[in-house]
Amino acid sequence: MHAFKYHRPSSLNDAAALMKGDAKLLAGGQTLVQTMKLRLASPSDIVDLGTIKDLAGIKSDGKSVTVGAMTRHADVAHSADVNKAIPALAALAAMIGDRQVRAMGTIGGSLANNDPAADYPAAVLALNATITTNKGKHEADKFFKGMFTTALGAGEIITAVSFQVPKRAAYMKFKNPASRFAIVGVFVADFGGSVRVAVTGAGPVVFRQAEMEKALAAKFAPESVANIKVKQDGLNSDMHASAEYRAHLVTVMARRAVQAALK
Amino acid sequence: MNAPLIGARIERKEDYRFLTGAGQYTDDVELPRQSYAAFVRSPHAHAKIRKISLDKARQAPGFIAAYTGEDFAAAKLGGLPCGWLITDVNGQPMKEPPHPCLAQGKVRYVGDQVAIVVAETSEQARDAAERVNVDYEVLPAVVDGSKARAKGAPQLHDIAPDNTCYVWALGDKAVTDAAFAKAAHVTKLDFINNRLIPNALEPRVANGSYSRADDSYTLYVASQNPHVERLLMTAFVMGLPEHKVRVVAGDVGGGFGSKIYLYAEDVAVTWASKQVNRPVKWTSDRSEAFLSDAHGRDHHTVAELALDKDGKFLAMRVKTTANVGAYLSTFASCVPTILYATLLAGQYKTPVIHCEVTAVFTNTTPVDAYRGAGRPEATYVVERLVETAAREMKIDPAEIRRRNFITAFPYQTPVALMYDIGDYNATMDAAQKLADVSGFSKRKEQSIKNGKLRGLGYAAYIEACGIAPSAVAGSLGARAGLFEAGEVRVHPTGSVTVFTGSHSHGQGHETTFAQVVADRLGMPIENVDIVHGDTSKILFGMGTYGSRSIAVGGTAIVKALDKVIAKGKKIAAHLMEAAEADVEYDRGVYTVKGTDKKKMFGEVAFAAYVPHNYPHDKLEPGLNENAFYDPSNFTFPAGTYVCEVEVDPETGVVRIEKFTAVDDFGKIINPMIVEGQVHGGLTQGIGQALTEGCRYDDATGQLLTGSFMDYCIPRATDVPSYQVDTRETPCTHNPLGVKGCGEAGAIGAPAALMNAITDALGVTDMPMPATPQTVWRTLQNKKAA
Amino acid sequence: MAVKVSLKVNGKSVSAEVEERTLLVTVIRENLRLTGTHVGCDTAQCGACTVSMNGKAVKSCSILAMQAEGAEVMTIEGVAKPDGTLHPMQAAFKEHHGLQCGFCTPGMVMNAIDFAKSHPNPSEQEVREALEGNLCRCTGYHNIVKAIGAGARAMAASK
Repeated sequence: MHAFKYHRPSSLNDAAALMKGDAKLLAGGQTLVQTMKLRLASPSDIVDLGTIKDLAGIKSDGKSVTVGAMTRHADVAHSADVNKAIPALAALAAMIGDRQVRAMGTIGGSLANNDPAADYPAAVLALNATITTNKGKHEADKFFKGMFTTALGAGEIITAVSFQVPKRAAYMKFKNPASRFAIVGVFVADFGGSVRVAVTGAGPVVFRQAEMEKALAAKFAPESVANIKVKQDGLNSDMHASAEYRAHLVTVMARRAVQAALK
Repeated sequence: MNAPLIGARIERKEDYRFLTGAGQYTDDVELPRQSYAAFVRSPHAHAKIRKISLDKARQAPGFIAAYTGEDFAAAKLGGLPCGWLITDVNGQPMKEPPHPCLAQGKVRYVGDQVAIVVAETSEQARDAAERVNVDYEVLPAVVDGSKARAKGAPQLHDIAPDNTCYVWALGDKAVTDAAFAKAAHVTKLDFINNRLIPNALEPRVANGSYSRADDSYTLYVASQNPHVERLLMTAFVMGLPEHKVRVVAGDVGGGFGSKIYLYAEDVAVTWASKQVNRPVKWTSDRSEAFLSDAHGRDHHTVAELALDKDGKFLAMRVKTTANVGAYLSTFASCVPTILYATLLAGQYKTPVIHCEVTAVFTNTTPVDAYRGAGRPEATYVVERLVETAAREMKIDPAEIRRRNFITAFPYQTPVALMYDIGDYNATMDAAQKLADVSGFSKRKEQSIKNGKLRGLGYAAYIEACGIAPSAVAGSLGARAGLFEAGEVRVHPTGSVTVFTGSHSHGQGHETTFAQVVADRLGMPIENVDIVHGDTSKILFGMGTYGSRSIAVGGTAIVKALDKVIAKGKKIAAHLMEAAEADVEYDRGVYTVKGTDKKKMFGEVAFAAYVPHNYPHDKLEPGLNENAFYDPSNFTFPAGTYVCEVEVDPETGVVRIEKFTAVDDFGKIINPMIVEGQVHGGLTQGIGQALTEGCRYDDATGQLLTGSFMDYCIPRATDVPSYQVDTRETPCTHNPLGVKGCGEAGAIGAPAALMNAITDALGVTDMPMPATPQTVWRTLQNKKAA
Repeated sequence: MAVKVSLKVNGKSVSAEVEERTLLVTVIRENLRLTGTHVGCDTAQCGACTVSMNGKAVKSCSILAMQAEGAEVMTIEGVAKPDGTLHPMQAAFKEHHGLQCGFCTPGMVMNAIDFAKSHPNPSEQEVREALEGNLCRCTGYHNIVKAIGAGARAMAASK
């Protein structure tokens, strides 16, 4: 790890003020610390959000579930509120990394990093979430800009994420056998009349699958998506999964997600 | 008298320290005035070094020193030696290009060592290493063994034209070809035995130090064989007398072959410690381990089996290209030859076999022995061929094996080995029963109903362990002996310290060996301590690999024990005023035939050290004996594995439903430990077949699977609980009747698993590892065909 | 630059002067010389560095020492009773031969203890899934899985 200057601000304003030059925010650190250890990232400053009050916690009001940015994956997975309102979201959180990683990793960190194979972006996009920051709000559809890039501006810090409660939903993840990130993850959410299908892992950034959404809105059933052929163009291709295989998996995972949502 | 300890399921003596964090692994050793090393490694697969500049590194905080290949050449440090000379088909010695510790003008794989940097802390050493500026002229690279000899392929070493280390053969080609000409059926397969990266959980560590007081060095190192390490380092590389170097390998966190070898880093930290007059420690991180630990396997093979109309094997013909990487690692040359071709008879009476092996250099990490070493590759050839032949000839795969099993022993194979004993029908019977093979078709129906595919596969493996009779090994090219040494030191109050040249890095020798000794001496196991891994304590040792520890190291201890008991007999005879011929010994008690006179072993030991009433005219005081044991033959563990899988055809995911292993390891000292060895071996074998495959980029020679993010060693969810059992034909030529069990699982599992998967998919062959994508692709190709 | 970090480790208050880039595992191993916590990888996969921090199993190679300021940390050295009696989970690993080379073992045990708190009688599948973040190259997991099941039940029984 290269040397850096460490900061422990006590407020969001202080944290934002420290975000200069090559400074990086540290949430749970489960990605950032690895990258720094491998000397692939060399921030000049680390701004630790760990001691800022009120950034963690879960609130549910029946229509939406709001998760604080510093809420750990394990806390989302085990939250009674989340399990009641959006069990698919709790299930997704329980599939991230492994149990030690889930004890540290945070939703805010995951979203700000926007790894193309991360799980949370699929939930945020499918559940039409709103991302609240110290500077304002972002709609899910406009938040994920590209591989590791988001709509967050300089000095902008995620504070919470509000998920809309669907009628039913499910997340199906096909894991990379080695890294346990998603080779393909499909989140299907039925809002009664409208359906959102978000795909992570398959492309450079999480995306919605319009054809499936339309078919499922007409009829929320596995057979609605079973024969939809997803185009390979623009999908990721690596030694673990070719674009062709990923395209195939999107259909399979989508169908299985619908099956699971109906259970 | 205590209950018998041999054969008992005894909890391990070493576990308490491991479970409480009190183990002492090499990285836990911190010496006064410790300094730290980092290595500058080549980022290119193949390049000339134009210039190395250390100027910026010298300015880095905490910098102490840095050395390059030029410094090593000036200091007349030799290259890393290869311990086995292979003679090629023309009677010429293999090509042995220099293997410098630090690159001399050229780098030949990504990760090749270019410079060592020493600093006050490990992070500072890394910081300074980053500032070493190397000007490379990048050359084209070749990483695929099958392409290494192609016209125009980049040449790695001037002395090895066509990148060829040797072309070697075993068996009678003319007779084999003639048998093929008469065959009713020929089965042919063309496959790759995938390259693996060992990944012991503890990365390598080396901590060298120098004492000005007596001009001596100490190297703490994560090694499977400290004496061999010392011998190679002193005699072949540093030109030092052995007695001036102490090598200590305390607790070692797994080896699987990767810690047998003398590595450049070990030499570099030892040499540097004298230059800086401080201890120098290098701890590999996992990323470095992926690049710099010797890899395993990497064969491309075309294999054929000739059969008569009844499925009787007539002949086998095998042609293999073995990718040995950029340089010859310590035992690289013998793995694809001596440890491979000699096993091609398997458990069968195949009368003639011919095998030709071409070893090639490529721009990849050196390849050497990895758990099984040659024998998994041989088993894969034999057992994939046999299963495929059975399917092609519509003979039950178990039945075709039974028709060809060797049933009379000793048996001389056509590929040089003499099997002493075995009962292959017995392990096959037991495995079929335990695996409930008869219920398979019902289970398959159920799977099909659920939209899944189901398959079953066998592997009936054999291995040659207890490596090895030195004379045989020597005649085949070994440059070292392969005996083992042991010492039994009885203390005055009767407790015992045993020193062994075997090395435990997970095998549980502290328990198994103590069971043997305590059983013979009739004492509680707590009274026996096993010491290993320190050249200053142990008289000599060839170390642990090739499942040799109990068969060779254990026997050396038994031989020393025999001497202790024999001397004790003389002392007891004196104490009991009896003729030595009348004294009998059984598990700690000396008695005089036909009388009720007896002396306990402890009393005899006390008399040996407090020799007041003692036969001084005939005996020296003391009770401390050592022995060297050189086996007269290999041992031949064998067994049958049955694997049953279910495949999700939509995703290509393979689930192992059942894995059954019935092994014959001869006599078993501690069944609990033996089962654990089997479980671990199976999992590594399953890893090879299902999840692990080292990949290099063809164009750039970059390692694509350079971390656990891309290289998948099995997790708990990837493997099932195993069904294991044993049958026993005791080894005929060692006193314990033992054969060795460390590698069996890794040898038999890949073939069993791939036989099951190909059965499920209904295809002849498919590549390892059978990742979901590969399985899915295979099914797509089948549909398209 | 050197900074000071203070925390509680195995019930004792400790502090160390470290570089800001120091990892929690480095403080544990090098400053406190508690070498039972191991480092087996650099990508947070192997879990050999698992310790308990504020009651939860975490990977100490993926946490900056500064993030652990004020935390209560337990390492493998703090698990057995002061008289040396093994914790039920440690004893279960010994009884079921859940370890071979011992390198992954401390991390396995630390994760298993945390897991068992919420799973007093886990199924085999639950145990295997709980080990997603712990790699072992020796045992094939078979006996680790058995040990954790038995250890969890023993922990529940001893409450």
